[in-house]
Amino acid sequence: MVEKRGTGLWLTHLGLIVGIAFIFFPIWLAFVASTVEQHDIVRPPMPLLPGDKFFENYARALTSGINAPVATMLWNSLVMAMGIALGKIAISLLSAFAIVYFRFPGRQLFFWLIFLTLMLPVEVRIVPTYEVIANFGMLNSYQGLILPLIASATATFLFRQFFMTVPDELAEAARVDGAKPMRFFFDILLPMSRTNIAALFVILFIYGWNQYLWPLLITTEPEMNTIVMGIKQMFPSGDDFAHWPTIMATSILAMVPPVIVVIGMQKLFIRGLVESEK
Amino acid sequence: MATVTLENLKKSFGKTEVIQGIDIDIADGEFVVIVGPSGCGKSTLLRMVAGLETATSGEVRIDGKRVNDVEPMDRDIAMVFQNYALYPHMSVFDNMAYGLKIQKVAKPEIAERVQTAAKLLQLEPYLQRKPRELSGGQRQRVAMGRAIVRKPAVFLFDEPLSNLDAKLRVQMRLEIKALQRELGVTSLYVTHDQVEAMTLADRMIVMNAGVADQIGAPLDVYADPATEFVAGFIGSPPTNFIDAALLDGERAGRIGIRPEHVRLAEQGRIEAVVVYAEALGAETLVHLRAGDGQQITVRQESGLAIPTEGQSCGLAWDSAQVMRFDEAGLRQR
Ligand SMILES: Nc1ncnc2c1ncn2[C@@H]1O[C@H](COP(=O)(O)OP(=O)(O)O)[C@@H](O)[C@H]1O
Ligand SMILES: [Mg+2]
Repeated sequence: MVEKRGTGLWLTHLGLIVGIAFIFFPIWLAFVASTVEQHDIVRPPMPLLPGDKFFENYARALTSGINAPVATMLWNSLVMAMGIALGKIAISLLSAFAIVYFRFPGRQLFFWLIFLTLMLPVEVRIVPTYEVIANFGMLNSYQGLILPLIASATATFLFRQFFMTVPDELAEAARVDGAKPMRFFFDILLPMSRTNIAALFVILFIYGWNQYLWPLLITTEPEMNTIVMGIKQMFPSGDDFAHWPTIMATSILAMVPPVIVVIGMQKLFIRGLVESEK
Repeated sequence: MATVTLENLKKSFGKTEVIQGIDIDIADGEFVVIVGPSGCGKSTLLRMVAGLETATSGEVRIDGKRVNDVEPMDRDIAMVFQNYALYPHMSVFDNMAYGLKIQKVAKPEIAERVQTAAKLLQLEPYLQRKPRELSGGQRQRVAMGRAIVRKPAVFLFDEPLSNLDAKLRVQMRLEIKALQRELGVTSLYVTHDQVEAMTLADRMIVMNAGVADQIGAPLDVYADPATEFVAGFIGSPPTNFIDAALLDGERAGRIGIRPEHVRLAEQGRIEAVVVYAEALGAETLVHLRAGDGQQITVRQESGLAIPTEGQSCGLAWDSAQVMRFDEAGLRQR
């Protein structure tokens, strides 16, 4: 590590602090707004210190919200994000396993087909996908939220790269030990990939949590709204006024689960970066 | 315990024939070393016995039963790999126990077998450690332990010592030999190191580009090589080869003479110039260059005079020690 002393050190820290303050300030404002009353916000100047309505505002948001209780939306988001993250990981692990460890006709073709889908983000295929999901009768359902987003070329590719660094002799040793392919997968490959899985889980959970366009399209009932799109739905149409404390409380609540996931997985995540297990 | 028989065993990768027909009968409890330069097909041969590679033609029989189409785990073999191939996320104990767990051996018996093997290999203090917390020699032992606990009929080793430093290699070599004697398990051992082959083998297979040039006991092979390749590969420093045309009274082809059988003399069969001399203590290696540029090495006792560089010497030897090879490299008797 490069050692710095005196002014250099102070300048570095000053830079970091300014940077963090810059990013943190809007979040702080949102938090402040979620602890005061509506009239405190709409009448300038806006307060910069938290008010005393924290419990009141959050309880109201969670239990009744504006269109649907935020607790329901949080749950929907959680199901969707977990479904997407775990589904993507399971599918990618299996497809990477097949591509790396088995020789079957069209193996290269399948790999490139998977790879090609990298070029087609959700937004590009959203209309046909909507058509398919609607015909399956999956509008306003968890399946509808999760399934179209559950396959991941990126994750498949990452696991493929990782599996290719695992020495062949390990698979052979397992074979001599009597492990059938799936046993090798579960007993050896999966535990060896756990840091990669943790890192991907963090990334994919946040990806799933932050989905906006897709839930907006297929969830028409407020009870199925996810929180990220739900915030937008809270803005009034027409001349109604927005109830800012509730909206801000919802925003803060929407931020909490990803933060918990990041902090909770941090140890595993960082260990995956520093230690190699091969 | 078992015998292993290879019958006209062949392997091709695409069009290249990597193993060109090997025959050998390995007796129960015998230690056979497959030795040859890298790329000659040693690993491929061993992997065919293990079942990790399918034979293109020919037969592999273990204890008389044809096993060509039998999965590795059902062949009753255990294999030690060059880079150990330990499962990185499992403890030493679990590494050794994994095969037994799959065979559904009862837990107490697994524990007992692993303990016994660990004791034999002095691994007891390390059973709960992960492979990465062990030294190279200890990892090597774990790999051996994993083979031992299965009580296989045949041990297969693929260059198990080549990742160790020289000193440890010598030590582990002795341990492997002692262990194999003690357990009496039929073993096939691959190495490119002829010293390892000489010291470990009951019999060795000297491989040259997919062909078994010679199969025999180490000292027999050393004393009586069947081909020019074997004569050059087995023995250190290697056998000297001299074009027969340079010598009086020799037929066509080349002759081979081991360094310890050549003497520096006033009146020699040929003349050569000393390039340099290595005094190793117990012996001295004198490297010379003959008239046609041929390198010749003489191994002499340390008591004898060491010639100076650039000096011209005669080289003499006993006709009885000469090995004659034809143009194709085959020994002429
Ligand atoms: N899976 C394979 N496909 C193609 N060629 C191979 C394969 N495995 C080994 N070979 C070739 O077979 C020859 C012998 O290899 P190997 O048995 O590993 O040699 P050794 O163990 O004696 O160094 C080499 O020329 C190698 O390139
Ligand atoms: Mg090899």
